[in-house]
This record gives sequence, structure tokens and C-alpha cells, in this order.
Amino acid sequence: MSAGGAEAKEAPKYTKKDFESDQDVRWCPGCGDYAILSAVQKTMPDLGIPKEDIVFISGIGCSSRFPYYMNTYGFHTIHGRAPAVATGLRLARPDLKVFIVTGDGDGLSIGGNHMLHVLRRNVNVTILLFNNRIYGLTKGQYSPTSELGKVTKSTPLGSADRPVNPLAFALGCGATFVARTVDRNIAHMEEMLRRAAHHKGAAFVEILQNCNVYNDLAWNVMYDKEQKLQYELRLEPGKPLLFGPQDDRRAVIMDGVRPKVVKAKDVAASALWVHDETNVNAAKLLADLFAPDFPVPIGVLAAVTGPVYEEIMLDQEQKAISERGPGDIAKLLTSGDTWRIS
Amino acid sequence: MSETAAPAKGKSLKELDRAVVRFAGDSGDGMQLTGEQFTTESAWAGNDIATLPNFPAEIRAPAGTLFGVSSFQLQFGSQRVYTPGDRLDCLVAMNPAALKVHLRDLKPGGLLVVNTAAFDKRNLDKAGYAANPLEESTLAERYRLHKVDMTALTYEAIKDLPLGAKEKDRTKNFFALGLVSWIYTRPLEPTLEWITKKFAKNASIAEANTRVLKAGHAYGETAEIFAEHYTIEPAEMAPGLYRAMTGNRALAWGILAAAQRSKIPVVYGAYPITPASDILHELALHKRFRVRTIQAEDEIAAVTAAIGAAFGGAIGVTGSSGPGIALKGEAIGLAVTAELPLVIFDIQRGGPSTGLPTKTEQADLMQALYGRNSESPVVVLAPATPGDCFYIAYEAVRVATKYMVPVMVLSDGFLANGSEPWLIPDPETLPPIEIGFRTESAGFFPYLRDPATLARPWVRPGTPGLEHRIGGIEKQDVTGNISYDPENHDHMVRTRAEKVRRVAQEIPPTTINGPATGDLLVVGWGGTYGAITAAVERAQTEGRTVASIHLRYMNPLPPDLGQILREYRRVLVPEINSGQLVRVLRAEYLVDAVGFNRMRGLPLASEEILEAINQLVGSPT
Repeated sequence: MSAGGAEAKEAPKYTKKDFESDQDVRWCPGCGDYAILSAVQKTMPDLGIPKEDIVFISGIGCSSRFPYYMNTYGFHTIHGRAPAVATGLRLARPDLKVFIVTGDGDGLSIGGNHMLHVLRRNVNVTILLFNNRIYGLTKGQYSPTSELGKVTKSTPLGSADRPVNPLAFALGCGATFVARTVDRNIAHMEEMLRRAAHHKGAAFVEILQNCNVYNDLAWNVMYDKEQKLQYELRLEPGKPLLFGPQDDRRAVIMDGVRPKVVKAKDVAASALWVHDETNVNAAKLLADLFAPDFPVPIGVLAAVTGPVYEEIMLDQEQKAISERGPGDIAKLLTSGDTWRIS
Repeated sequence: MSETAAPAKGKSLKELDRAVVRFAGDSGDGMQLTGEQFTTESAWAGNDIATLPNFPAEIRAPAGTLFGVSSFQLQFGSQRVYTPGDRLDCLVAMNPAALKVHLRDLKPGGLLVVNTAAFDKRNLDKAGYAANPLEESTLAERYRLHKVDMTALTYEAIKDLPLGAKEKDRTKNFFALGLVSWIYTRPLEPTLEWITKKFAKNASIAEANTRVLKAGHAYGETAEIFAEHYTIEPAEMAPGLYRAMTGNRALAWGILAAAQRSKIPVVYGAYPITPASDILHELALHKRFRVRTIQAEDEIAAVTAAIGAAFGGAIGVTGSSGPGIALKGEAIGLAVTAELPLVIFDIQRGGPSTGLPTKTEQADLMQALYGRNSESPVVVLAPATPGDCFYIAYEAVRVATKYMVPVMVLSDGFLANGSEPWLIPDPETLPPIEIGFRTESAGFFPYLRDPATLARPWVRPGTPGLEHRIGGIEKQDVTGNISYDPENHDHMVRTRAEKVRRVAQEIPPTTINGPATGDLLVVGWGGTYGAITAAVERAQTEGRTVASIHLRYMNPLPPDLGQILREYRRVLVPEINSGQLVRVLRAEYLVDAVGFNRMRGLPLASEEILEAINQLVGSPT
């Protein structure tokens, strides 16, 4: 059993090229999606899964065009519903490796309910949520992750609703794997994709992605060299939460039950907050950290094991069959109260 | 089965050819169970049967209120029984509210059995009676009134059992059952067996129900008030093994039969909704058939999970009622354009919006045909009886997988909960479901079509060399690539429609009940089959040249329908909606069909259909 429960059959030696479809990619030039597509195609050979056993499911939005560009099986469905489609697919075909590609609008607005349930059920799928904090395909309305007061075509005086935090949402739904990465950090993104794809259960990856047309540099804190140096917090298991330039190293520590930023040199080694992916409570605190008061964590916030929905369902089926044999409609029809008329 | 009926001592035994009985009481009085048991007894007695359960939407409606009344009606007979009956021969009223709600349906001179204990000031007030109707002479003058203190007689029968007052009180419905079983000479054995099985773990409750049932029976036999009782000979029915079948169970079992025959798993996605939930409950019991049920987070997830399963090469099925079908509309359109097989059960109920959740209606025909954005044709089937639901569900899977198309099944609340004696079929006689997943990569295109059915190939992910992408965006025919080409879209709209039209080649010649030409053709569909057939047969015996047909394929319509419609002077279309099929027939065939329409949340009565027939062709002279 390798990633995602695909059957252990020998996968050919693939290269990135094997995962490129013959379709012209139609995103705007300069879109962050190109880098993500490339990273996904590049990491696919490492999964060791035959490409015919891989399925990409998406909803609607710029990100959801993704399946057309992957030379695997793919289904571009309807707005927000990819998690539900994927759940049905996994239940029918637990031998397949299923990816969901979604965005902040598709996954957290119209499809927020399905996202909640695919995570709480812990369906064995890898979810890539491209977060660009804007509706791109419909030409620039604010999204559920846009900052309060966002001025767009639909909110000329600024949006009045507070943003949702995708990581906090996922953890709140009981996700068993939650990570964040950045479209312009190729190496990190590839590492996160590999980790997520190998997780058993629902793996949720928020990818901070740039929409250069409608919301350029929304994640400049992660793009601008100077700011990135100041704010990027790399989460690594067993390592303390240290960030910032070498000459001004800072640490996130716990002050009572509140995270707090202090100068690293002022903290005793024993007082450092050491990252532990299996500590979901800690992950919930990490999910809320963001610039400018805190650093921006990237990496795996949480990775724990949990019961997988379709495994339980199929175990019940197997048990029923092994105990009482396969269903027999002729027997069922004549079971219970019957009477004969001659 | 039933022993030879001899009149009880001092009583006369009268033979009837049919009877209509309704048990009515408070939601907590166990009327549904009483009715079901009486049905089983009548099935044992060899009668043909049709039932009509009717209960409030509230789970625990306040006791004694008019809206808390629950009832179960059945007609049983020695000849073919098509409907649960229009007017009652016997009404059992367990409280004043039940009397108030149901008395108007009792025939003059009909048998009225009431539990006097429930007619106290409090219950009379709740039912809106200023005075106790049992004490007024009018009731006894119009009906054969039997006032029985069932509560006291029940208590007396089980006074020595170690049960609380509440538990004792709960058995009084079996007193009513025992009494009515005596009145109609029903065998008690099936109910006694049921008690033994049901309460195997609680000897006192089993004993109490047994005693109370027998006490009710004995009361009929010995009490001076019942001068006569009745017998109804077994009906002449096709020989074979029978069982009672409700529509919802039949739909579920039809899916199981399809799963077994096709040898592929089923994924049933559903969100709880009245009156469709029982299909989910039933399918969840049968995991051995490789039926995987998802209780989804909402209606949209239920249908999209089924679509995901179909993409994976399983049989995707979803079920709901009208409001849920409305929510599924966009996703059904996805299945239309992705050209995936999908079966959708719509158990219609009164609407719009929440409407009448527990009452029946036939008003989703237009929704099934047209209720999606743009042009997204689906196949629409409609079962005629509870047992027919089995064949229709099976047919839905067969057609959906053969044509790669969504198939909607329009059942309704009446079929869903109603039951009939059902001749158990040999599953081997069902037509085969042949599923050939494409595995050959040479020459493969996702939208390459079968010339006969126009179906595109069904490919299971996991098949090497056939990796492909599909989706909701318009695609080029054959290649399946995204296409915004104007001519291609025109071609694809026509192709999707033509594919559904070609399902007409699956439809057998229409059965005409009556002469092949004549004064009037009555055209029905769905759960009105019984009422229409009974009315038309009455009209025929009264000498009119009237025929009826009952459509099971609503889209496409049967190829011979246009010709048949032209063979009659008038066409009448009875429906439990304001005229939906009649519009379709007028539009499709330019025929001057007229509707007969009632929207009361109840099945149509055959009497009122007969009146409509008479109005069109004139009463017999």
C-alpha cells in the first residue's frame, strides 16, 4: 500500500513530461498556477503510482482548470462540489489516488460545506487549495479570504466581511493533515506536495498563490525578499519556532496560553516552542499567526492519523460479505413474510 | 391460511366482495402498525389489497389534536383491488380528533367503531367538539355506531401483568385490531407470530399484546352489539409466491437486483428527506450486495457523490423528494453533459417549498423534464404501483448504463408508503444489464459514440492508456476537448437530446386497457394507475367505449402514443397536479386533451375520475 491506498502495482519510471497533457494551458501569463502545475507534475513520478490510477477532481474557478493539464484521469465538475464528487469516487474506487484542486472561493465559499465534511470524514484525498484572496475567473470580486475592507468591483467602498483562515478552518473541521506553502517557493511546495500525497486520510494544503491580474502581490510578505526574510517561519518537526535574519533571530514562545514573539537570544533553550506535527492544539495556535504581529508559518502544521471514512465503510461491507456471503436477490425477494397462491 | 369461516354463535356471517377500512387515532396510538398488521392478515386471507398510510409531518404532534391524527386505510377484496378505496365501509376512531377528521369519508350506514374512553372533556375540547358527539342521536342514526371502552377492556385483560399504566395503555390498538379482525374474519396467526418475534426479549409485553389482541377478537364474538360479521373470499390472483411490497422498498430492491446482475458496486448518495429516507435505510441494510450508502451533508453532495462514483465505474444513484431534486439540478446537468450514467429517485410530495412533506402529489413532472438550466434532457420513468417500483428502478439502471445518461424516476408519497400484494418475480427473467467498460486504447476518444445508442464509452479510471479529462464545459464531440465553437455546441445540444430520444427503442408497445378506438382515452402516469383503472373498468361495465393507458416512460414518450391518441374522440388526463402531462401531450401531439386535476395531497378517488369520464362522454343512458 503506497500513497493514497493505491494498489501496490509497479509504476513505470516516469518523468515530469509523462504528466503533461496535450492541452494548451489557458491561465493568464504570469499566474501563480503555472508554478503549481509544474511542481505537481514534477512530484508525480515520486509517488510511485501508475498514472492511470491517479485522478484529479476540481470544481469551478481558475484553479479548477487544473485537471485538463494533467495527463491522468480528471474530472472538472461544478462549483464547490469537488470534495463530494471525490468522496463518491473514493467509495466506489478505493484503489485510486484522488487529488482535489480548488480555490478560496470554490473551496471555502460555495463549497465550504463539502470541504468541512470531506475533512471531518477524513476521506483519503489530497486537497490543494490555491488561495489568491480574490475571484479571478469572474473578474475580480473579493473572496472569503480577502482582507476586511477589500475594495473590488463588488465592494467599491470596501468589503464588510471578515476573512476566513483556511488553516484554522481545516483544523477546526478535524483535518488530519494541514500544511501551507507558497507558489513562489518551488522546493518547499514540492516537499509539501509529496508529504500531503503520502498522508493517509484527508490532506489539506493551502498554497498561497498570486493572481497577478486581480490581486497582484497579495502575498508580498512571502515574495518580497526583505519581508520574507523577516516573516517566514519554516515549520520543521522537532525544531524550535525560530525566524528572522541571523543577526535578529526571533522566537515564537508560549506566554501562558498566548503565542508571543521574543528575541531568540533572550530565551532559554528549554523555553522554546518546539514544533510537533502530532500536536493538533499547537497547530491551531500556529494557524492564527500572521504578519505583521507574528511570522507567517509555512510547512506542515499538523499530521496525525485518524479513521478513514471509506475504509470503515468498506470494512463493514467486507465483514457483511465474509460473514453471510454475497447478496442474493432471489433469496432476498422470498425472505420474510410470503404466501403462495395456487 | 384462514380456517373456513363459520358464523360466530348468534351472529350472521355475510359475504362481501370488498371492504374499505380505516384505522384512525392519535399519532401515539399505533395506527400505522395496526393497519400494517391488518394488511398482513388480509394478505394471509388471500385477498387483493391496496393501502394508504396517512400521517402527520410532526414526529410527536401534541396528543389529541386534529393535526396529530394518524391513519391507515386499506381496501381488500375477492376481486382485483386497484386503490385503497374512496369511501369507507368501516372507520375505527380511537379519539375525538380522529372522528372529527375522518367521519366525512365514512359511507352512510357504515360501521363506526370508537374508543369511548378517549371521549373526555379534554380531548373533545381539543377536537373542537362543544358536546360529546357520541351522545347525540345523529351519529347512531347515520352510521352503525359501536361505542367500545377499549381502554378499560384492555386494562381488564392485562391487569395482572407487571406493566406500567403507560405500557398497558399502549396495547389498546391491538384491541381494535383484534375486534376488526373478528368483524372481517381475518386470521390472527400472522399478528401473533409478529408479536412473538418482535417482543422475544420482553415476555410481559408479548403476553400483554397477545392477550389484548385476543380480547378484542373475543369481544366481537361475544358482545351483544355486533349482530353480523363478514367474510371476503380469496381473490383470484395469478398463481405464485407473493409478498407485501411498498414502493420505497421496491425501488431499493430493484437497485440491489441491478447491482447483482451488472456485477458492479452501487453508490447511493442521499440526504434524509420525507418520503424518500426509507430507500436509504433499506439500502444501508444490504451491504452484501456491494451497495455503499452515503448519508451526505446535503442534497448536492448526495448527487455529486453518485456522479463521482459513476465516473469511477460504479452505479451512481441518488434519491430525494421535490425540494431536494431542485437542489440537485445543476449536478444533474453535469451528468447530462459529462454523459455519465446516473439514477435519480424523486419521491414526489406536495409543494412548493416544504409543502406537504408526508402527503402525495405528482407535480414534479415538469421539474423532471425541464427543471435544469439550458437544455439538459434526461430520461424520465414513472412506476405505476408499489411493486412496479422494483422493475422501474432496475430499468433505470439498465437504461442509464446503456445510454450513458441520467434517468429520473418519479415515484410519489402514495407509492412510497403504500403496499400491495406483489407476485415475486424470478430475477433471472429480468433483462440483462450488460456493461462493457472500454479497455482498448487504440482509436479511443472520450466522446466517440456508439452508432445505435449514441452512448460514449464508459472507462474506469485505472485503465492504462485511456487517461482522459471530462467536465462541465462544452466539449467537442468525439475528442471531448473543451470547445466554444458555435456549430459544435448546436451539434452537441441536438446530440444529447437525440440520445435521450433513442431510448424510445427500449419501450414496449403500449398496453391499452379497453377498446382500440372509442369515445374516450384516459391517459395516466405514476401512482394514479389504480384509481384510473378502477374508474375506467366501471365505465366499461356501464357500457361506454372508454379505454385507458398508463405511461411508464415519460421521456421519451412511447413511439406508438401519437397514433393511439388519435383513435379516440376525447382524451382525459387525470393528474395530482394542475395539468402537467396534459400540457406535454397537447404540445407534442396537438391533441385536444383535457385534464382532471386535484391537488389535495391525497390519491385521486376512482369515483371522481368516473364522474369526469361521464362528463366528457355522457352518463350511460
